[in-house]
Amino acid sequence: MEVKPLNVLEIRNAVFSYDDVENIFEGINLTVDKGDVVCILGPNGCGKTTLIKCLNKLHELKEGAVYINGRNIKDINQREIARNIGYIPQGHIPTFAFSVLDVVLMGRSPHLDFFETVGEEDYKISENALKKFGLYEMKDKPYTSLSGGEQQLVFFARVIAQEPHILILDEPTSHLDFGNQLKTLDIIKKLAQDGLSVVMTSHFPDHAFISSNKVAIMKDRGFMDMGKPEEVITGGNMEKAYGIKVEIVDIGYNRKVCVPIKTAE
Amino acid sequence: MIESIKGKLSIDGSTRRWSVNTILILLPIFIFFLSFLIGRYPLTPVEVVMTILAKVFPSLQVSATATTIVWDIRLPRIVAAILVGAALSVAGAAFQGTFKNPLVSPDILGVSAGSGFGAAIAIILIGIPLVTQASAFVWGLVAVTLTYIIGRSIKSSQILGMVLSGMAIGSLFGALVSLCKYMADPYEKLPQIVYWLMGSISAVDNNEVFIASIPIILGITILFILRWRLNILAMGDEEAQSLGLETGKLRFIIICCCTLITAAAVSISGIIGWVGLVIPHISRILVGPDHKNLLPATICLGAAFLLLVDNISRTILITEVPIGILTALIGAPFFLYLLRKGHGRWV
Repeated sequence: MEVKPLNVLEIRNAVFSYDDVENIFEGINLTVDKGDVVCILGPNGCGKTTLIKCLNKLHELKEGAVYINGRNIKDINQREIARNIGYIPQGHIPTFAFSVLDVVLMGRSPHLDFFETVGEEDYKISENALKKFGLYEMKDKPYTSLSGGEQQLVFFARVIAQEPHILILDEPTSHLDFGNQLKTLDIIKKLAQDGLSVVMTSHFPDHAFISSNKVAIMKDRGFMDMGKPEEVITGGNMEKAYGIKVEIVDIGYNRKVCVPIKTAE
Repeated sequence: MIESIKGKLSIDGSTRRWSVNTILILLPIFIFFLSFLIGRYPLTPVEVVMTILAKVFPSLQVSATATTIVWDIRLPRIVAAILVGAALSVAGAAFQGTFKNPLVSPDILGVSAGSGFGAAIAIILIGIPLVTQASAFVWGLVAVTLTYIIGRSIKSSQILGMVLSGMAIGSLFGALVSLCKYMADPYEKLPQIVYWLMGSISAVDNNEVFIASIPIILGITILFILRWRLNILAMGDEEAQSLGLETGKLRFIIICCCTLITAAAVSISGIIGWVGLVIPHISRILVGPDHKNLLPATICLGAAFLLLVDNISRTILITEVPIGILTALIGAPFFLYLLRKGHGRWV
């Protein structure tokens, strides 16, 4: 008999394939609890993004299942999933120059019926989300005119207006400058403290040290290792995953960093 | 419309937007009344008003000529211009949002080419205006259905798949139109086909306009209700899905509405280009890209524009100039002017 999982989010024996011939990943298991920040590391093309897109049914698993609060997402429609899971994609390409407020209002969509449109309450929630990220003054500006860091904040505000309890972030720091990277990681940490569960992909092991309490390394169609950042991000694992020699250094401030030394022979 | 204006006022109270909205509403109404005065037979404003009032108060004495001109000649034409202008513009705006591309026009999925073929074949085989209208409407739907079925089967990108198959279906029906022209009787049928394809609303009657108005009003109403969701669809499928939208379903409904609207419009007017591309752009300059305001704006502006162009088409020369030629002659340079002036910023 199937045992119903009670975690906020659980992936069980997940298998995915684009063409039904070759599996992108298989046998993936992961549990996420309230307040967790899970960081998925791994080389380019290992399937990190594909995996997280299975969490909110942007892709459908070939085998296995994803559960949110114990319910299989197969049995939940897209709108209800969106009330539970917020998603910030990587590399958004704008088409129309919507105002910042209009973009954030879109986050209210899963709370509205098909023929309904945004009302006063939705404006209030969206404006509060903007205030939370210091964007309220810019609400009438076209979001396309903002800097990359500000645009990222707009998407965070939208996801907050969406009021989910799980957040999926696809490389949230990839297009940002040095300062904005750290600010984004701080935001992620704070949102987790507020009770959100976060699953993110990253190219930076350092970022896992800063913001995560759980790390999974994806390689060769599965999770190579999973656990606390200090236990998983090791010289040996990094060499296996990325094929380079790495030094893990404790720099004080309660922080470790991961420094690439040279490519492995 | 009123609700969106109220929303605007309560949110930022901007007087500029208020005045833009007022002009957008008053413009088509003003041109509507003006249009009754324009034409070869001179009518004074008083005569027009009296003739209209006479329908309600039969005791008023008006001339039979004035009644015929106002009710049977000018009214169907004016209403046709309003319907076709609003229809093409709103379908253009909705398609631009749905396919997240500001260069898309209502005939992107082949509806005009299909309707053109339907009209040509009906002119050759039967030659009754109402049959031509019906055939144009049905073949417009057939063309888009083919595009939709083929386009949807391309899994990697539904949007790209549909746009590409729309192009192919469009040129397929374009070739069939050419074939019809080639085989048509060059003295009687060919000129009719050519004239139909140029686009004109000079020969419409009240009956034709009434029939076409049903799908147009139905389609516009549904688009109007769903218009806010176009914003989300314009952000791309994955993002829209992550916001809880069933993109396939929504896109299907929007394509159905736009196709009904466009096919019905083309079935009474023939092929009128540029309106569906230019009006959404001008509207975006005036009210911004938010579809909540954009769709009402395109309806007003599209209706006003085509009505104005039709007035020009029946006064500029002694013989009437087909409206499809004039929309391009006026629309294209105006669009280029805006492009230069605005550096394409609004897209």
